[in-house]
Amino acid sequence: MSQSATLTAPSGRADSINDQLDYLNQFVSFSVDGQLLGVPVNSVQEVLNPQSITRTPKAKPEIAGLLNLRGQIVTAIDLRKRLKLPALKGDQQSMNVVVRFNDESYSLLVDEVGEVINVSGETLQPPPRNLDAHWKPITSGVYRLQHRLIVIINVTNLLDF
Amino acid sequence: MDEEILQEFLAESMENLSQLDNEIVILEKRPDDDDLIASIFRTIHTIKGTCGFIGLTGLGSVAHATENVLGRMRDHELRVTPTSISLILEGVDEIKELLHGLETTGQEPVHDNSQLIARLDELMQSADGDAGDVPAEISEAPVEATPVAELITSPAVEDSKPVAAPTNMPEEAADPSKKSISDLSIRVNVDVLDSLMNLVGELVLTRNQLVQMVRGDDESIFAAPILHLNRVTTDLQEGVMKTRMQPIGNAWGKLPRLVRDLAQQTGKLIELDMRGAETELDRTVLDAIKDPLTHMVRNSADHGLESTADRRAAGKPETGLVRLNAFHEGGHVIICVDDDGAGINAERVRQKAVENGILTDATAAGMSEKDLVNLVFAPGFSTAKEISSVSGRGVGMDVVKTQIERIGGTVDLTSRRGIGTEVRIKIPLTLAIISALVVESGGYSFAIPQLTIVELVRVAAEDRHKIETINRNEVYRLRDRLLPLIHLDRELELDDEHAGEERDVNIVVVQAGDEQFGLIVSEVFDTEEIVVKPVGHLLKDIAIYQGTTILGDGRVIMILDVAGIAAQFDGGAIATETECQRGDADHELAGNTTTMLVFDAGGESTMAVPLSLVSRLEEFPTETIERTGERMVVQYRDNLLPLLPIDPTSSTDANDQIQPVVVFSEGDRSMGLVVKEILDIREEPLVIRMPSSRPGVLGTAIINNKATDVIDAQYYVEMADPDWFQKKSQSADERVLVIDDSVFFRQLVTTTLETAGYQVRVCNSAVDAVEAIENGEHFDLIISDIEMPMMDGYEFAQWYEQRCDDTRAPLIALTSLSGADLESRAQQAGFARCLTKLNTQQFLSCVQELCHQRGRQGASA
Repeated sequence: MSQSATLTAPSGRADSINDQLDYLNQFVSFSVDGQLLGVPVNSVQEVLNPQSITRTPKAKPEIAGLLNLRGQIVTAIDLRKRLKLPALKGDQQSMNVVVRFNDESYSLLVDEVGEVINVSGETLQPPPRNLDAHWKPITSGVYRLQHRLIVIINVTNLLDF
Repeated sequence: MDEEILQEFLAESMENLSQLDNEIVILEKRPDDDDLIASIFRTIHTIKGTCGFIGLTGLGSVAHATENVLGRMRDHELRVTPTSISLILEGVDEIKELLHGLETTGQEPVHDNSQLIARLDELMQSADGDAGDVPAEISEAPVEATPVAELITSPAVEDSKPVAAPTNMPEEAADPSKKSISDLSIRVNVDVLDSLMNLVGELVLTRNQLVQMVRGDDESIFAAPILHLNRVTTDLQEGVMKTRMQPIGNAWGKLPRLVRDLAQQTGKLIELDMRGAETELDRTVLDAIKDPLTHMVRNSADHGLESTADRRAAGKPETGLVRLNAFHEGGHVIICVDDDGAGINAERVRQKAVENGILTDATAAGMSEKDLVNLVFAPGFSTAKEISSVSGRGVGMDVVKTQIERIGGTVDLTSRRGIGTEVRIKIPLTLAIISALVVESGGYSFAIPQLTIVELVRVAAEDRHKIETINRNEVYRLRDRLLPLIHLDRELELDDEHAGEERDVNIVVVQAGDEQFGLIVSEVFDTEEIVVKPVGHLLKDIAIYQGTTILGDGRVIMILDVAGIAAQFDGGAIATETECQRGDADHELAGNTTTMLVFDAGGESTMAVPLSLVSRLEEFPTETIERTGERMVVQYRDNLLPLLPIDPTSSTDANDQIQPVVVFSEGDRSMGLVVKEILDIREEPLVIRMPSSRPGVLGTAIINNKATDVIDAQYYVEMADPDWFQKKSQSADERVLVIDDSVFFRQLVTTTLETAGYQVRVCNSAVDAVEAIENGEHFDLIISDIEMPMMDGYEFAQWYEQRCDDTRAPLIALTSLSGADLESRAQQAGFARCLTKLNTQQFLSCVQELCHQRGRQGASA
């Protein structure tokens, strides 16, 4: 990148600046039912602790309800239901990954939020053939991390149901 | 001229002119600034253009002459000199004076500007000499100028009164108490108003929070300032709301003219009656409904009203009436456009819809008149016998509907033959602060807009018996009428936390359209001012919510749409609910409904058949039924229609004069099923709860709360036509996979296919089908439902496409869903065809065609 040439700082620091500018390779990671998933970092508005969620009777089962984010109303999507996974056991509470899509905010309810993962240098692998049919449309692809795989979620398709 | 347009013109021109003086002065210093000249030219040009449009000839001619000079300057044909600048400024001054005069008197002042114009023209023409280097452009200017020459001369000739008017000016200007329009109004970007509105919304919420904190604590030192804050916030909120509100009359301004022109073109006599013009609407909403409104009025006048001769013949007054009425109703604005014309011919709509392929014959037969009439909103539908120049070319009501729906509104059409048509638009106030009652039901809070609430009724626990039931539906005698009751928790499928308790009953009596009903809630709280926030994209299809809001304590709650709830229970939802309560988790209940024809089969049994399988209902006089050997037939349309009784042992009742017959058709064959009486048509989820071993009966379902046998139409068609079985041998033994989660349709499709000679493998879910295919089972054709649990039809098709490349069998989607994008979505997913449940004939021919194609492909490969 051109910035590194103009910077006189040690190369390590320049890299970290580049890292920060390198949004396209960064993903917010989170886990649902033991599976590591990620969404592009620039689609994420913020990450919240468990929130009180107002149920919306008669809505689709994947919609957990609505939450109040500083006066803004956010639709919460139960990612476990959306991915047809079993419900969270016991009194465990979901974390919120709030994403911005089509001028609306949606909160993806996940089990745990991980760190921002930089995948630069890796190529996105297409979803494997044997992936469950209902996962395929909502998966952009898979990155191979050193010890595990991260499945990248296609937010557009995820919110289209 | 319209007062409003004039005011707008004045405000805009004044604003522009105030800048102009400055610009012209700068121009004198920088005579070569092309951009500046262009900007000045545009300002004057705009004024000239508008003058021409609204007929201000005097003003227009001055502006035109000034513009000409500026035009030459812009084209470098005339040099910018102090003399020329002075003359232009003179022109601008005169324009200002004329505008002031116009503003104070409302009339264009009569000035003699012939001298000024002549000097300006002279200056312009002096350019001709200098402009030898650009001759091509000159030829344009005179051409443009010609029509204006008339403009210039005519007022000069008419205005015999010499330069008298300008003397009025100082007097008027001297009156300081009278502010001019340019002082009174400023233009503000709507975005600024939007963000103000949002901020006020936040402020209202915070105010609510504060008010709640000090409530009941009169000692608090914050009580007084919060009270003051409360008042100021309310005023501010109203003020900001007002900046965005405009009377709907603003969108009506052009309609009288439109109707007048229409009346002349069509030779009809039309009266336009407009009411509620003062009804205020949010500006953005107003903009959005302008076009649809115009279209609807045009439609009423053009298509709705009959010709004068037809009206006379029908005994109606010769002058047709088109009425526009706008009013507020429960947080919505309702706009009705109605006419006293001929109404919509439902039969013609039906024919047209079938012709255009919007409906199949069978579906059309089962539709109510109201549903049929509402088909005029279907894309590409037009009932006008010929395209008229007035009402467009086949684009029309569908566009109206989409535009209204885009802003979250609904359109409803009611038509009565010979009496007229009414189109009712309901537009929600997507951006508003309303007063609402907060209630609790099933452990959750909801807001009900105060405007829809008529009264609150509390029935004490010991008076519970006053709530009476009719076939399990609860009603309450409220004064002189019977109030239908709905348990909100049941309607919302929430748990009733107080089930079985003897407690007081809170009834919120609400008004939906012309009806009132009672909502039973468990608690009634306060009335609060709430900020209506639109429901998100994923929730907007749920009719029972009008919006969401955030309460003072930060909780999000849903705002109920009373009309939406009323619409839900109109469709027999109460009966459905009781079924839900039986604890049957069958998901089919939640989903699609099937229209069933319910009939009395004789022998005290009630039976039903999906209406989509019925081709006609007939009534034959008993004496026309003849017997040939064992069989009953009736002569029908030059043919013999075989008749079969449901129960061969029962004979037709000799006392009945008229024999009702349900006709089924299969290809070119028909048969009539003799029944005792047609009872009802019900739209309900169809769940076969008990399979039957009796021939001709698929099983027992609960319809209208009664156990009802659903008959197998196919069986009777076969019975009536013994040749049917011979067809079997014709078909090859192709293997067809049928995937459907509904027992009923699985059986139906299987019977149909097996009868036609196919080998059928059935799967009750796409997941099972995946397993079957993974296990190496081979199929020639796959027929799949779309709406299924776990894995739907689209997902299945996508999976299948990716898995099997070479050996793919064609896929048919068979669905009871409908929708414009359904077909394209299905095709995208990989379905070769998309059929609706269940037109047997169409279905079989499609199956045959695809199998045939595949057979050929297989042979060539």
